[in-house]
Amino acid sequence: MYAFLSDLPRYPFLQYALLTGILASVACGIIGSYVVTKRITYIAGSIAHTVLGGLGAARYCQVVCRWEWFHPFYGAILAALISALIIGFVSMRAKQREDTVIGSLWAIGMATGIIFIYRTPGYNEDLMSYLFGSILMVSPQDLWMIACLDVLVVAAGVLFYNRFLALCFDEEFARLRGVNVEIFYLLLLCLTALTVVLLVSVVGIVMVIALLTLPAAVAGELTKKLWHMMVLSTVLTVLFTTAGLAVSYGPDLPAGATTIIIAGAVYLFVAGGLRIHRLRRKH
Amino acid sequence: MEGEVVVGFRNVDFSYNSIPVLEDVNFTIYDRSFISIVGPNAGGKTTLLKLMLGLLEPSRGTIEIFALPPDRARALIGYMPQHVQFDPHFPVTVLDVVLMGRLGNGTRFGPYRKRDRAICLEALKRLEMYDAWKRPFGALSGGQRQRVLIARALATEPRLLLLDEPTSNVDVAVETELFELLNTLSKTITVIVVSHDLGFVSQYVQRVVCVNRRVAVHPTAAITGEMISDLYGATVRMVQHDHRE
Repeated sequence: MYAFLSDLPRYPFLQYALLTGILASVACGIIGSYVVTKRITYIAGSIAHTVLGGLGAARYCQVVCRWEWFHPFYGAILAALISALIIGFVSMRAKQREDTVIGSLWAIGMATGIIFIYRTPGYNEDLMSYLFGSILMVSPQDLWMIACLDVLVVAAGVLFYNRFLALCFDEEFARLRGVNVEIFYLLLLCLTALTVVLLVSVVGIVMVIALLTLPAAVAGELTKKLWHMMVLSTVLTVLFTTAGLAVSYGPDLPAGATTIIIAGAVYLFVAGGLRIHRLRRKH
Repeated sequence: MEGEVVVGFRNVDFSYNSIPVLEDVNFTIYDRSFISIVGPNAGGKTTLLKLMLGLLEPSRGTIEIFALPPDRARALIGYMPQHVQFDPHFPVTVLDVVLMGRLGNGTRFGPYRKRDRAICLEALKRLEMYDAWKRPFGALSGGQRQRVLIARALATEPRLLLLDEPTSNVDVAVETELFELLNTLSKTITVIVVSHDLGFVSQYVQRVVCVNRRVAVHPTAAITGEMISDLYGATVRMVQHDHRE
């Protein structure tokens, strides 16, 4: 912890990492609350894993085809949006096959990514950093892309708050009030996809779901209005990512995994504490 | 004498997975009337409402609401569903739920206006739920939730109010109050209430739409024991329960 605080003013890479965590937290708090209340965690998980396909394909194109401009970040955005739209259309048109499609996309996305990474010459460090996060490797250029995406997601999430709330709470009533629920459902999935891409740089594909849902779940236990849940969830995500960085830096632990352990511990503590508190009040 | 046509069904059939639910339905409801839809469980009452809302499509025939196809008349209809499937931990307050009734009446994005809040609080007052406006919706009792959902339907400022079993979770005192309120509303708008309690509603409504695959409309003055046994398929004892002074 002390090592982190003393090195923070000296090393730009630590500042970039800190800023990445804070930026991603805002989108994560808002969209995570929608994901938890609409109960589409499994969909978000599938989108997260298809991101590997996009990252792998883009890296392959960069190295093998010499498409220097095709940053893996773009590949991730493309893969996430495509899978969000496929899942969205399937869940609206063929409800009974929804989980099969979600599960297959999950695996197909990962398989595609692994094949591309296998065929890309060089070290396979990429795979590890995609899967488990590489927040300490964020460059100023990455930071700009993260900031732009963050502004986009947060603006849409805030601007359409009333409609998304109605969609998550009572879809049929929202439809009757003239809300185009199909479009807003697809929009919500696309915003989820973009948030997932933001979080991949913080904690990696495998742990995205935990960061998207754990802070929102803690906040949901403690608040009575959706936007309160979003604010608290954002604050918690900032605390978790910052604490994850600070705690992992000294003993040289993986930052992503440390962040998730902290988030999980706080969730168990709050959920367990509330249960005990309620039981005591009953007696 | 009779005013504008609010609901018109002409030769409507509806089947669900090729099982007929409604057959050859013909009826008309006029402006500013108070109507009840009655019939046995699974007889097609909720289906009739969903057809009026355009949530279901008839397999044959035409339906017009205010001379429009149902899905284009939705802005004029306030609807209270029988069940809302929701997570009891969903972070919404009573006022948040009622405000959903203001969607589609105002701005496309951004927060609700002061006027929207005023309309919603007024609707809560009419249903005697004003004191609960800050409470979490999930913490309410079944009857209180129903009243909030009726307030949400009123907040849409409808010209046609459709309520699906609004009194299934409340006691007789609240039921009486609610029907007095609906009676007052029916002076200015059309009110259609689905109910399984024919004896109770017949004191208030002018006409009863009886649904059991086929639909028959009767003025309440002419309800007889024979009609009821036709509808429910068994002899039913009539109980005169007049709660009104």
